[in-house]
Amino acid sequence: MTALLFYVQASVAAAIIGLITSWYDRKLTARIQWRVGPPFLQPFFDFLKLLGKETIVPAAASRTTFIFAPLFGLASVGVVAAILMKQAFYPGTSFVGDLIVVIYFLAMPPAATIIGGFASGNPLASTGASREMKLILAYELPFILAIITAIIKTGTIEIGQIVSFQAANGSLALSLSGALALAVGFICMQAKLGFVPFDMAEAETEIMAGTFIEYSGPLLAALKLTKFMMFTVMPCFLITLFMGGFSSGIIPGLLKYIVLVTLVVLVKNTNPRLRIDQAVRFFWGPVTGIAIAAIVLAFCGY
Amino acid sequence: MNWKLYSLLKSPWVFHLSTGSCNNCDIEILDFLTPRYDAERFGIQLVGSPRHADILLVTGAMNRKAAPLAKKIYNQMAKPCLVIAFGACGCTQGIFEGSYAVAGTVDSEIPVDLYIPGCPPRPEAIIAGIARLISSIKEKKE
Repeated sequence: MTALLFYVQASVAAAIIGLITSWYDRKLTARIQWRVGPPFLQPFFDFLKLLGKETIVPAAASRTTFIFAPLFGLASVGVVAAILMKQAFYPGTSFVGDLIVVIYFLAMPPAATIIGGFASGNPLASTGASREMKLILAYELPFILAIITAIIKTGTIEIGQIVSFQAANGSLALSLSGALALAVGFICMQAKLGFVPFDMAEAETEIMAGTFIEYSGPLLAALKLTKFMMFTVMPCFLITLFMGGFSSGIIPGLLKYIVLVTLVVLVKNTNPRLRIDQAVRFFWGPVTGIAIAAIVLAFCGY
Repeated sequence: MNWKLYSLLKSPWVFHLSTGSCNNCDIEILDFLTPRYDAERFGIQLVGSPRHADILLVTGAMNRKAAPLAKKIYNQMAKPCLVIAFGACGCTQGIFEGSYAVAGTVDSEIPVDLYIPGCPPRPEAIIAGIARLISSIKEKKE
């Protein structure tokens, strides 16, 4: 019962932080483009408005899958938020192998958008879903290689012990292999969040909204909220693995988070969209190469 | 005023539909979304799918090919939603009045909430029109 309560609390907290982060993203984008930008409550109004709208299930869609796919994505990202927050607030409560659980649950939201896209019966949504699938195949390999670097450096698959190792020996990002793995993880985060240059799955200018095209009302709100929560959870995950976690206090933790989010937004605003074949070549070529170099360096003790 | 309508007026997402316009209105709409006029201040966003949209922005004199499609797209939108007839042709058929190719005005096909006249209307006119629409809905509800 307490676990369920903590799960709900962590999900709501991640949702609120995610909505605030998305405001920060839009405001920073606006300032980069030399305009004023949306007011602070704008993401909250967007979310509220979508909750109040009608839900349309297309006649061609597979009804059950179409409705439940976004909810599964939302629930899984909540699990990741709960595991990370429990570790941050109550150190020493993590369990062996929670890193593996987090990797699996982080793969769920993109999988949910693929299932929802295919279930909606729209050709543009199918195109978006197939692109998203290729993108997952591309970025999961270097992402997991980057995580393996952290496992080799610390010798454990428990998030709590990775954080306490970093508290004792300095954060992983300060070593050469850790810095390379962090860079790889950062690029994979950009793709996992579906931001430019890796937003070909929902490219507004060519396939409208891609996988989201048939969704309306509360289901669209669930999909958007999943994206915003991923925007909170992914930087927190990288901070926990490579940058010493949140054990050093609120202010340094918040600073690390803001730096990572700002970098994501800057990359998003200064790059054009890649084609899907370019993205796959990029991830399987240079990014995987850097990740393997990081693993070799970690074995050699750098 | 209930929370549904209040949040809708705070974040109107726009779907832009051309029913046979000369493209001049469409270019003014793109101008309206540029950083100079910064529509995002009011939460206005251009979306690619009518399922996401709250405002259907219709330009052009409704020609015979476009009329059934306009009706279909209006039915595809999630309610509650608003419709804006844009430009002289959207409001009154403009110079195409009496043409054999034109089916009617926008409001003879779908219910219209706001008319923005002009050939083409300036971006300032769009902002003023949407602001007036929001305030009139607020007054009506109070």
